[in-house]
Amino acid sequence: MSEKFSVYVPNLVNKDENFVQGHRACQGCGLALAVRLILKAAGRNTIVVSPTGCLEIISTPYPQSAWNLPWVHVAFENAAAVATGIEGAFKALQAKGKKDDKPVNIIAIGGDGGTADIGLQALSGAMERGHDFLYICVDNEAYMNTGIQRSSSTPFGASTTTSPSGQASIGQVTAKKNMTAIAAAHNIPYTATACPSYPFDLMEKVKRALSYRGPKYIHCLVACPTGWSNAADLMVRIGSLAVETGAFPLYEVIEGKYKLNFDFPKLRPITDYLKIQGRYKHLKPKDIELIQEKVNNDWKQLKHKVSCDMLASPSRERSGE
Amino acid sequence: MQGNIACAEGALAAGCQYYAGYPITPSSEIMEHLSNRLPEVNGVFMQMEDEIASICSMIGASWAGAKAMTATSGPGFSLMLEGLGYALMTETPCVIVNIQRAGPATGQATRPGQSDIMQARWGAHGDYRIIGLSPWSVQEMYDLTIKAFNLAEQYRVPVILLADEVVGHLKESFIIKPELEIFIRDSTMTDKPFGTEQDDGVPPMPAFGQGAKLLVTGSTHNQFGIRKVADPKVQDILVNRLCNKIDRHKKEICETESYLTDDAEYLFVSFGISARSAYAVVKQLRNQGIKAGLLRYKTIWPFDEDELKQTAQNCKMIFVPEMNRGQLVLEIQRVLCDKQVISIPKTQGEAIYPSEISNEFKKYTT
Repeated sequence: MSEKFSVYVPNLVNKDENFVQGHRACQGCGLALAVRLILKAAGRNTIVVSPTGCLEIISTPYPQSAWNLPWVHVAFENAAAVATGIEGAFKALQAKGKKDDKPVNIIAIGGDGGTADIGLQALSGAMERGHDFLYICVDNEAYMNTGIQRSSSTPFGASTTTSPSGQASIGQVTAKKNMTAIAAAHNIPYTATACPSYPFDLMEKVKRALSYRGPKYIHCLVACPTGWSNAADLMVRIGSLAVETGAFPLYEVIEGKYKLNFDFPKLRPITDYLKIQGRYKHLKPKDIELIQEKVNNDWKQLKHKVSCDMLASPSRERSGE
Repeated sequence: MQGNIACAEGALAAGCQYYAGYPITPSSEIMEHLSNRLPEVNGVFMQMEDEIASICSMIGASWAGAKAMTATSGPGFSLMLEGLGYALMTETPCVIVNIQRAGPATGQATRPGQSDIMQARWGAHGDYRIIGLSPWSVQEMYDLTIKAFNLAEQYRVPVILLADEVVGHLKESFIIKPELEIFIRDSTMTDKPFGTEQDDGVPPMPAFGQGAKLLVTGSTHNQFGIRKVADPKVQDILVNRLCNKIDRHKKEICETESYLTDDAEYLFVSFGISARSAYAVVKQLRNQGIKAGLLRYKTIWPFDEDELKQTAQNCKMIFVPEMNRGQLVLEIQRVLCDKQVISIPKTQGEAIYPSEISNEFKKYTT
């Protein structure tokens, strides 16, 4: 029987576990899955920095810890600044011969609030200074840890406790901040979007990111059954739908060149993605039409960027280091 | 109703038109409630990207003529301190609600504490005076929020409501008074919005757009708002007035409450939820025939020294229960340096229980 499963997909993944049992994420938490996969790809030789947020709370419930590697929780606004300090100190110690030259992965993992809102200044500074670290935003599209308040990463139309839907409001009235574009605008060597519903893609991206020197950024969409009001068993499905409907396309910006990882001849209608989430249940057909229009436009723009870059360098290959 | 919601409703009753905040446990209910309620009264609710932005946008709103508020907890309050200093220097009325939790740093996010008392008083750099209020019930979350707005508008100063997680999440019924005294700021047109004839006055504050040529700066400035960053006299006049306008009006600003203190031999001095436990202890001791009394500070800053001296003059011992390592006790020891002042601190991130206070009391009295 087991021979039949010799190509059973999980066998293709390494057995390293650096984010292990003992965490207290909600049932169907996309974040927990994403972090497990990220650290499988990164390996043991890694230091993780995370700001305040769900990840901090769920990964270290007294008396347990889910971390199999060094982890530092810092204040809400400065994960990237602390990563800067770690990288700088290693450089100094290596220069003085007080530390071996073995490279260490420094990975900051923050939520959307700690990245796009309060942490943006520190992140922008660290990317501009060019430190050798990887920043991963695990984006569940609101402040879930403090009770589902909106963030600048909450999509248009989503109901949260501080952007409540009602007679006078459709929920969040602004569009989701495009963090990937902000990161890419810093001209860093590697930027990508990812989602744990595409585990191999996510792990491959982490590995690829770590192969570059300098600042790297991955924006990872993680479904949150608690905050999005969806059935816990739909977490992976929702991630796939976000990609298939174009709500969250998976792409990379490698040294300034856009590359689409999953292309679809025709996008699924956005309502497939919206209708299984409670946070969108108040939306009327005309609101959904508006969202569809925005998704179509964004998709068109992304495809345009990708095709321009393909024309410019048809034989482009990944350069590695 | 929950304390945090009562605070939000108190803000609306006081005429709050602008709220800017950032989610933080255990204060988030205030912003969640106001995100629903403010649009109903044509106010503006703004969720900012961090606490620095929250306090600064409130400063902008206040200068544009609106009554403004923000709510936070320890870590957020730490971030607000620069903005707080700016609001003090520019005499910008605003209300900051700090639902205190156990610290330092992230500490115990869901647990109560009273350890931001000294930070509220001394946190911003430079010389200044500030107003800090401490509610002990849901009723006072409502009443003192209104008072905070009134004092802010009257003295052109940021007012801090120093509540804690217990009071914030406490559920009690309370009375909404049909008529309220609401102070409207003096926005008379003037060319001197930053100075008065007296050395303890509060100048009028015209709003942006009202026609006054306003120069608002956090640098040292004269009565016209003109920067004078190397003039010793201007710095002296400004800083002294900022302090005097609070110090010399203590009688109007400060509010304390005394329970059974007239013949008390043992005096408990406390504030906020700790005072509520102390009150239970005083009643127990009285039942046992021990002459105990309670002096409760509703206004912590400025600190009412005269009231303390007067209340404590015939007391043998003073006990100060508080949910920190001993902060307000330092003030009391300073004022009553000839008395035995005993600190009853609790740093476990939970409310101080009457039994804990009475056990400590017994240790010193038997």
